[in-house]
Amino acid sequence: MQLKGAEILLRCLQDEGVDTVFGYPGGAVLPIYDALFESSIRHILGRHEQGVAHAADGYARATGKVGVCIATSGPGATNLVTGIATANMDSIPLVCFTGQVGTPVIGRDAFQEADITGITMPITKHNYVVERTEDVAHTVKEAFYIASTNRPGPVVVDLPKDVMERSIDYKPEEVEVNLRGYRVMKGYNSGQVISAVELIKTAKRPVIYAGGGVISSNAAEELRELALKRKIPVTTTLMGMGAFPGNNYLNLGMLGMHGTRYANYAIGESDLLIAIGVRFDDRVTGNIATFAPHARVIHIDIDAAEIGKNVDVDVPIVGQVKEVLQGINQRLDEVTEYWEWHQTIDRWKEEFPLRYGNSCEGRIMPQNVIEKIYDLTRGNAIITTEVGQNQMWAAQYYKFEHPRTFLTSGGLGTMGYGLPAAIGAKIGRPDLPVIDIAGDGSIQMNIQELATAVQYQLPVIVCILNNQFLGMVRQWQGLFYGGRYSSTDMSHQPDFVKLAEAYGAIGIRVSREEELDHALKQALQVTDRPVVLDILVEREADVYPMVPPGGSLSQMLGGVEI
Amino acid sequence: MRRHTLAVIVENRPGVLTRVTTLFRRRGYNIESLAVGETENPSISRITIVVMGDEKIMEQVTKQLYKLVDVIKIVDITDKRSVERELVMIKVKADVNVRAEIVQIVDIFRARIVDIGKTSLIIEVTGDSGKIDAIVESLKPFGIIELVRTGIVAMVRGEIK
Repeated sequence: MQLKGAEILLRCLQDEGVDTVFGYPGGAVLPIYDALFESSIRHILGRHEQGVAHAADGYARATGKVGVCIATSGPGATNLVTGIATANMDSIPLVCFTGQVGTPVIGRDAFQEADITGITMPITKHNYVVERTEDVAHTVKEAFYIASTNRPGPVVVDLPKDVMERSIDYKPEEVEVNLRGYRVMKGYNSGQVISAVELIKTAKRPVIYAGGGVISSNAAEELRELALKRKIPVTTTLMGMGAFPGNNYLNLGMLGMHGTRYANYAIGESDLLIAIGVRFDDRVTGNIATFAPHARVIHIDIDAAEIGKNVDVDVPIVGQVKEVLQGINQRLDEVTEYWEWHQTIDRWKEEFPLRYGNSCEGRIMPQNVIEKIYDLTRGNAIITTEVGQNQMWAAQYYKFEHPRTFLTSGGLGTMGYGLPAAIGAKIGRPDLPVIDIAGDGSIQMNIQELATAVQYQLPVIVCILNNQFLGMVRQWQGLFYGGRYSSTDMSHQPDFVKLAEAYGAIGIRVSREEELDHALKQALQVTDRPVVLDILVEREADVYPMVPPGGSLSQMLGGVEI
Repeated sequence: MRRHTLAVIVENRPGVLTRVTTLFRRRGYNIESLAVGETENPSISRITIVVMGDEKIMEQVTKQLYKLVDVIKIVDITDKRSVERELVMIKVKADVNVRAEIVQIVDIFRARIVDIGKTSLIIEVTGDSGKIDAIVESLKPFGIIELVRTGIVAMVRGEIK
């Protein structure tokens, strides 16, 4: 059968089970878009390639499937870069197809030429330039295989225009992936699992520290079994939110820089840290020398390079989190111990709950907005965030009940992530309300994607916590730079309500606390278009408690008395 | 901290060397020497990298390298019985008065003179880094005009591959 490279590409995507792609056309991808015209694959047209990449990422996080995006050569491809780096830092499976100028002119600075494989080498799990139409099928196969297995990550496939245009005799056949340098991890060292079980049995003050690896390994069930069997308290990283039910009494919430005091104190007093699918990031550990000073450490991760990277580990276990936890659970009996330990933690919880004060200006407190959203959705929603204070308040005050319901740029900290990710999530999970908790700064980094949401009639809700500041940077300027608010005052903002309306979305301004409940309820009832809530919040509210950068988890600022 | 010699077996594909060197740069590991070439199997290349590091750094270097899809195998041959060689060409100032002296040095080190100019010589020498350093030191007083090293290649002794 004579098929063009672009037609082969789409067939391969279908073979991979892809039904939705996110993209933005351009000269070098014309052959692909021509083939898409008659394809059953649904194409979601974004308004900027960064938005396209985040939408594919949000789709991947919400569904567990591989996110797919397409951009043209040159600027189209370079606009994907932030999205690719975001996915890479958070280990999200993406396959990004970029157009490329024709093979005869590659390397000659042709119009819209950029060396996207060179550019993305350090921010992808792997990448390819496909030089012959004959290589399209097996490259696509490998790309999906690499993106989705072991520690997931983004893969870029660069497709020169002539490779997509040329027809070859194509025989659909089973393509075997055979990579000498890449093997999918199976099983684990059972000796190490036995050692871990022994440590758990003898510990007096154990804490589970769970991260994004639990979610990407679909191991929330197994984590819950482990925690409940032995009544081990659980703290999660930002990426691990939803890995353990937020309402369970064993849940200590987030740890680290803006974690709860009781989670951080528990780490400080713990004699056994069970680290699962985590990478001991600096925002989690604070001063690494004083992190979990009394604890032996069990570290479970699929990526051997994470073991021992930042902290020394007593029992390293390399393997799929799900399989390893099953192995541990099988060997553990149901015993409730640690009675004193729970008493200590309960005391901290009572003494140092998350709390915030009243507004000095009669404005809405941003934390209150998150609590309201929780009251109305009870964990049965997907929450995305932008980056900064909005993100931290969302993590602190929303109780995530299920995995894949909190989508946030944890590693890279990408402003502008939330709205496009919400679009991708809504397409992947139309059954759930999707709410982007945004700041007035962040939202403007990809606000053009409102047009995408309007075009596809996606009822995503954008809650702008509008304090007319780049709030997190302002907070640091207040704390560490003598209150010199250099370039963080954003009093000159657009009218977000009118802006929403101009896009064809619904815009609602919320300036008083008593309007909040009604506005949110109204927004949750909309079914055919996005809603933007411009919520005027306390201008100088800070995120507390806080571990100052480089400080110890045991020495937190704020949040004690108001 | 000490010198480690790694034999990194990789797919012989465009861009692989960049992937390896980018990784070293990005993670802040220092490459002392690097040599690359095809092996007995044309689909496989071998990169010999000499890197300074303690045990922890070397563990990270190895694990991070293994994450590259194109890296097939890594052998740290530092503590294995092995042969290490590097080829160096040295252009040294050599007028008639000192030529005889230089030829003597070349003989002692079992090096070779591969070019004779009016006032200079090119000397080719092969050996491990100790030998190379020694001849360079001996030739310095005459004035080294130019020096180029291939980087170290190494092989484990005996039948093991």
